[in-house]
Amino acid sequence: MKILVCISHVPDTTSKINFTENGTKFDTAGVQFIIGPYDDYALARAIELKEANAGTLVTVINIGLAETESTIRKALAIGADDAIRVNADPTDSFFVASQIAEHAKGFDLILMGRESIDYNGGVVHAMVGELLGIPSLSPVMKLEIDGSKVKMEREIEGGHENVEANLPLVAGCQEPIAEWKIPNMRGIMSARTKPLKVVEPKAVDKTVVVQKFELPPAKGAIRMISADNVAELVTLLKTEAKVL
Amino acid sequence: MSVLVFVEVGEGKIRKTSLEAIAYANALKAGDVVAVALGSIEAVELSSVGKYGATKVLHVADARLDKPVIQVYASVLTKAMQDENADILVLANSSLGTPVAAKVAIKTNASFASNVVDLPNTSNGFVVKRSIYTGKAFSFVDLKNQKKVLALKKNAAEAKEIGGTITVTPYAISLNESDFNTTTTATEKATGDILLPEAEIVVSGGRGLKGPEHWGILEDLAKALHAGTGCSKPVSDLGWRPHHEHVGQTGVKVAPQLYIAVGISGAIQHLAGVNSSKVIVVINKDADAPFFKAADYGIVGDAFDILPKLTAAVKASH
Repeated sequence: MKILVCISHVPDTTSKINFTENGTKFDTAGVQFIIGPYDDYALARAIELKEANAGTLVTVINIGLAETESTIRKALAIGADDAIRVNADPTDSFFVASQIAEHAKGFDLILMGRESIDYNGGVVHAMVGELLGIPSLSPVMKLEIDGSKVKMEREIEGGHENVEANLPLVAGCQEPIAEWKIPNMRGIMSARTKPLKVVEPKAVDKTVVVQKFELPPAKGAIRMISADNVAELVTLLKTEAKVL
Repeated sequence: MSVLVFVEVGEGKIRKTSLEAIAYANALKAGDVVAVALGSIEAVELSSVGKYGATKVLHVADARLDKPVIQVYASVLTKAMQDENADILVLANSSLGTPVAAKVAIKTNASFASNVVDLPNTSNGFVVKRSIYTGKAFSFVDLKNQKKVLALKKNAAEAKEIGGTITVTPYAISLNESDFNTTTTATEKATGDILLPEAEIVVSGGRGLKGPEHWGILEDLAKALHAGTGCSKPVSDLGWRPHHEHVGQTGVKVAPQLYIAVGISGAIQHLAGVNSSKVIVVINKDADAPFFKAADYGIVGDAFDILPKLTAAVKASH
């Protein structure tokens, strides 16, 4: 079986978000970049499937410029066999999905996170499925392969559902599909020599253009209420905040 | 010309976020607002979309659509856009709506944006404001193509009653067998609960509650406030509460009028799930808990002492 895992290269979840150049560019100063946390779950599940099924190959793909290669090497250290980097800035969902679809043919299973934690589009899996004409599901919390069938548990509002579909398939993943894997020394050493192919992007008509970024307004000062006078909180929520 | 809105139904009722989508579509002033509903839904419920600004409601009452098959829904909405001469499709972000919207965007060659938080600026192009970095920032995105598909974040528009009920039009469409490419074999839903992503008030508990057996005092407050209940990631990781109650960066993102956090320290990953709340109240016995920096009101105190008092105060104020 061939598995393609799509990974994003995103700021660590504890990052402070700032923009430079008049709100047109993300400020990378002091920011550590990681494999998208949801993509990391997808990768972990792919490696589990590889370990359980001899002959399974795991390829990772990332749409990004040269600076994402350390993130891709980490995915190789975790256990992927080879990698593709599409040399382009991942500006929007349709662009990214179009690039992935270009390289996803021939794979049985295409896994990625439910969303990237930078732009939060949450639709690349659905778009890749649409472009390839195969089923796509997200957010998938459990995924088992049974012959040509895939049995999944998908989170829905206020609960979950069990869903089945045939391979090939696209899944957007989230916890608890697998435990995150930490690369060991052997993995890190072998990752250095695993193949990482760099390809130029396919030309895609721009359907959206990001004009600028903005931070939310700063939060006002907190109002503390004494533990001995809890009723005052209810009064303030009614009369001042007007939310009760 | 018309604007199409996909309306979702939960427990027989049209979701509030879908009513917001109708209000949003109406505010676009880009044509008549046509609602589309799929599956077995009472006509009387559907006809109520007229109150929020829809002038027509198309209904495909095929029982095969009672279970959400994303591909089928996408095909039906694509056809409806053509039949209704609609350039714009609006719907609410959800586990069903968002992937359906993405597929329709590809089928119709439309520009797509999810997590839209406000009406577009159309003075030069069609620029929508999106929530990004899990609520820590916004982007302004120009949707270039003639056709546009928008998936809205909660509160992108206010659902207000502005009209009367309308007649439901049966929408005859032949469903494509090959679109039934996924099969839902079982659905488990917490019934009767208030859906977290839609709740106007959310009460969440953290490790400060010391164990699942103490959730009753939190639920008492939630009940008194008609609130949904959430929890922090450690609480869901420990199995004290189900994953669908986990509020935060990798869980549910909520956007209520009022968010009350009890015994949650306020890690940045938790804040990412609640930063769209209008008012935040933090109750924690540690005066240095980082959550106080992100809150509007705070009480330093023990959850087991404060919660029963607060519940009593809420009940007394009714």
